[in-house]
Amino acid sequence: MTQFLKIAGFSLLVISLFATYSNLGIPQIKPAPPPSQESVDLSSMDMDSFISLGEKIYNTKGTCTLCHNELGGRAPMLDNLGEVVSARLEDAGYKGSAANVVDYIVESMNEPSAYVVKGFGKVGTNDQESPMPDVRSGSIGLSEAETLAIVAFLQDSSGLDVSIEIPSNVEEVAEVPEEVPVSTGGQGGQRAKYASAEEIVATLGCGACHKIAEFEGAIGPDLRLIGQSRDAEHLRQSILDPNADITEGFVAMMPPIYGDQLFASELEMLVEYMASLK
Amino acid sequence: MMLVVFLLAVLPFSVAEAAEGVQVTVPELSSSDYPVIAGVNSRVAVWLAAQLHLWFAAFVLAVPIFVFIIESIGVWTRDQRYDEMAFEFIKVSITAYSLTAILGGLLAFSLFIFYPQLMTYLTGVFSESMFYYALLFFAESVTLYVYYYGWHWLQGGDKKWIHLTLGLLLNAVGTLLMLLANAWLTFMMSPNGVDTAGTFTGDTWGAIHNFLWNPINLHRVVANVAFGGSVVGAYAAFKFLSASGEDERAHYDWMGYNANFIAITALLPLPFAGYYLTAEIYEYSQQMGITLMGGVFAWLFIIQAVLIGTLFIAANYYLWCGMGRSEGAHRYYPYIKYIAFVIVASFLVWFTPHTLVLTNEELKALGGPYHKYLGSLGIMPAKNTAVNLMILFTAVSFLIYRRSNKLPTVSWVQTGNALQIALFVAGIANILILGIYYGYFTNTVYKVAASIPQVLTTLVVIVISTVIDSFLYKGAEEVAPLRWGRVPDRSQYALFLLAVAFTWLMGLMGYIRSGIRQHWHVTDVFRDNSVDAFTPTLGYAANVVSIGVVIFMAMVVFVFWISQVSSKKSYPEGYWKTA
Repeated sequence: MTQFLKIAGFSLLVISLFATYSNLGIPQIKPAPPPSQESVDLSSMDMDSFISLGEKIYNTKGTCTLCHNELGGRAPMLDNLGEVVSARLEDAGYKGSAANVVDYIVESMNEPSAYVVKGFGKVGTNDQESPMPDVRSGSIGLSEAETLAIVAFLQDSSGLDVSIEIPSNVEEVAEVPEEVPVSTGGQGGQRAKYASAEEIVATLGCGACHKIAEFEGAIGPDLRLIGQSRDAEHLRQSILDPNADITEGFVAMMPPIYGDQLFASELEMLVEYMASLK
Repeated sequence: MMLVVFLLAVLPFSVAEAAEGVQVTVPELSSSDYPVIAGVNSRVAVWLAAQLHLWFAAFVLAVPIFVFIIESIGVWTRDQRYDEMAFEFIKVSITAYSLTAILGGLLAFSLFIFYPQLMTYLTGVFSESMFYYALLFFAESVTLYVYYYGWHWLQGGDKKWIHLTLGLLLNAVGTLLMLLANAWLTFMMSPNGVDTAGTFTGDTWGAIHNFLWNPINLHRVVANVAFGGSVVGAYAAFKFLSASGEDERAHYDWMGYNANFIAITALLPLPFAGYYLTAEIYEYSQQMGITLMGGVFAWLFIIQAVLIGTLFIAANYYLWCGMGRSEGAHRYYPYIKYIAFVIVASFLVWFTPHTLVLTNEELKALGGPYHKYLGSLGIMPAKNTAVNLMILFTAVSFLIYRRSNKLPTVSWVQTGNALQIALFVAGIANILILGIYYGYFTNTVYKVAASIPQVLTTLVVIVISTVIDSFLYKGAEEVAPLRWGRVPDRSQYALFLLAVAFTWLMGLMGYIRSGIRQHWHVTDVFRDNSVDAFTPTLGYAANVVSIGVVIFMAMVVFVFWISQVSSKKSYPEGYWKTA
C-alpha cells in the first residue's frame, strides 16, 4: 500500500507540474472566435470604406497574410502588382485568360495555378501548381463582393488607381472580428481595447528602444518629433514592417510583431498620434 | 478464423466498390441543433471519452506487436524467459482490452448523443467501413482470446508455430482496425471523396484514402509502440517496487529494462514520423500547417519540447542507473556527465522560445523581445539540431550500457572503436554545420531545409554504429556478471515518469491534431456551429488533458492490480464441504 501511495503521489506530482507549466509558463492566447456573417449595405459605402473593408478581409477572414508576408517567404508580396502584372500576363507560363490587372487579381484568387510566380509553386510541380487554395471555397469562402473589396485594397496598396466599381447589392459579408490573437502574457485572455496612443506606447514598451513621450530609450530612432519627417503611411509601414526602411545609423532589430498585437483601430490611433508629434 | 481471412481478403475490394447512388449531404447547423444534456459540456465529454479510448486502444494494439516479437525471440533463442515475459505483457493487455471496448462504446454513445448530425453525416460516408469495423472487432476479440488463453496449451513444436501465426493474425486484424478508425478521423482533417460542398456520392475508398491517412497511420503505429512499451514498463516498475523476494525483483527489473528498450527504440524514430506528418499537413493545406506551427498552437510545441525532453532525460537516467547492475560498468561512469550535459543543453535549446512574453520593465531591461544571444536559439534549425543531438547521445548511452559488462574479443577492436568514434564525430559535425548554415546564413525560406539531411545523418549514424557494435561484441567476454534486480528504486520512478510523460504527451498532441480543424467538424466542408466551436487556450486544453491522464492512470493501476489478483488463490479452511 505504501508503494502504491508513493507511486500515485509521484504520478500526480508529475501531472501537476506539466499542467502548472502549461498554465503559468506559457502565454494564454485566446484565439479569435470563428467568423460569422452579417449583412453590409454596399450601396451606402464610399470607395475608402470599401478599400478599408478589403484590407480587413485581407488580414482576417481571407487569411492572406498567413503566406503573403515577408517573414515566411511562402508566397510573393502583393504590394507591387502595378509593376509586375503586365509582365506576368505576357509570360509564357501564364495559363489564364485575364486581360487587365483587376481580372488578373480576381483570377489569381479563384484559380491560383493560372500563373505561379517562380519559386512559389507546390514542391515537385516545377512551379506549375500553386499551393494557394481557391478563395471561394472551404474555410476562406469569400463572396464575390469580398473578393472585389480585396482587389480594391490591393490596387490601392500597390499605388494603382482603383478601377473597380462597388457592387450595389446588399451582400452577406464576413463580420470581420477586430479581435486578433493577442496576449501580453500571464493570465491572458481577450483584452480590452487600449484607450489612447499613450497607453499603447507605455504598454508595448516602445520606450524601451525609442525616445517617445516620457521614455528615454536609446536603441532606436528618436520619435519625439517624428511627425515632422514622416507621414502617416510611412509610420504605419514602420510599425507593421519595421525593417522595410531602416533609419540611417540604426540596425534592423525592431520585431515585426506589433501589427499583430494591435487592433486595426488601435494601429490607426497610434499612427495618428505619431504623425502629430511635430 | 475463416471470418478473419474472409474479411482481410474482401475488405479492400468491398470498400472500393462503394454503394452507387448514395448521396450524403452536409447539413447546415445552428447552435440550437446541438443537444444540451444534463448541463454536460459536449466537447469536454467527447474529448475525454475519445482520449481515454485512444490511450487504451493504443496500448492494446501496441502490446501484441512487441509480444509477437518477444515470443519470436523466445522461439529463436529457446530461452523460456522471453516466452514468460511475452505472456505477462499480454496478460496486462487483456484486461485493458475490455476497458478499451467499454470506452469505445462510451465514445460512440457520446458522439451520437451530443453530435447527432455530424455522426449522421460520417455514418453516411463510412457506413460500409463501420460495418466491417464491427466485424473486425469481433475477429480481434476471438483471435486475442484464443491467443491468450491458448498460450500454455499451444506450446512446443507445431503448436508453437500455430500460436505464433495467431499472434501475427492478431496484429494484422488490430492494425486493420486502427487503419479504419484513422480513416474516419483523417477524413475530418483532410476530406476526400466528396465534392467541395462535402456531398458524398459513394467513393468510399476515396474517403478512406484521404491525404493525411497514411502519415497518421505511420505516426500512430510508431507512437503506439513507444507508448505501449512505456506502460508495460510502468507495470514492471510497479511489480518491482512491490516485489518481496530477490528473484521477483530480478524478473521485473529485466522486464522493465526490456519495456524501456521497446519504448525508446520506438521513441527515436518518432520525431521523424512527426516531421513527415507535419510536412504532409503543410502539403495538404498551408493554412492548416501555419495554424499548427505558426499560429495559436505554436506555443504548444514548447510544452511538447518540455515533455519530450523529460522523456529523453528519464530514459537516459534509467539506463545510467541500470549500469549499476554490473561492476564492469564502472569504467564508463566518467562519460555519463558529458552525455548528461549534452542532453540537458539540447533540451534547454529545444524549449527556448523565439519571442519572449515580457512585461514592459523586462522588455526595457532586455532592449527588445528577443534575447541578444538566446533569441537565436528559438528558431527551428536550432531546435532540429538540438533534438538530433539528443537522439544521438541517447544512442551513445545505450551503446555504453550494452558494453558495460563485456570485453570484445575480436581482433579489430581498435579499428571498430575508431570507426564508431569517427562516425559519431562526423555525424555530429554534419548536424551542427547543416543547422548553423541553413539556420543563420541562408534565406528564411530555406531555414528548415536542413531537417531532412540532419535526420538522415542521425539515422545513418545510429544504424551503422549499432551494426558495427553488434559485430564488435559478438562472442565478447563477460567482465562482471549482470545482476538483475540490483538497481535503485529511483530508477523505477524513471519508468513511471516515462509512462506519465508519454500519456500526457499523447493527450496534448491528440488535442492539437483535432484542434487544427478549428471551427470545422470536417475541414472546409462541415462547419461546427456549436457554442464550443472556438479554440480554447492552451492552459484549458492542458487541464482537460491532465484530468484525462489522472483518470487513465487510475484505470491503468486498476488493470495492474486486477492482473495481479487473477493469479492469487485463497484456501479458506472449513468453508467448503469435504467430499
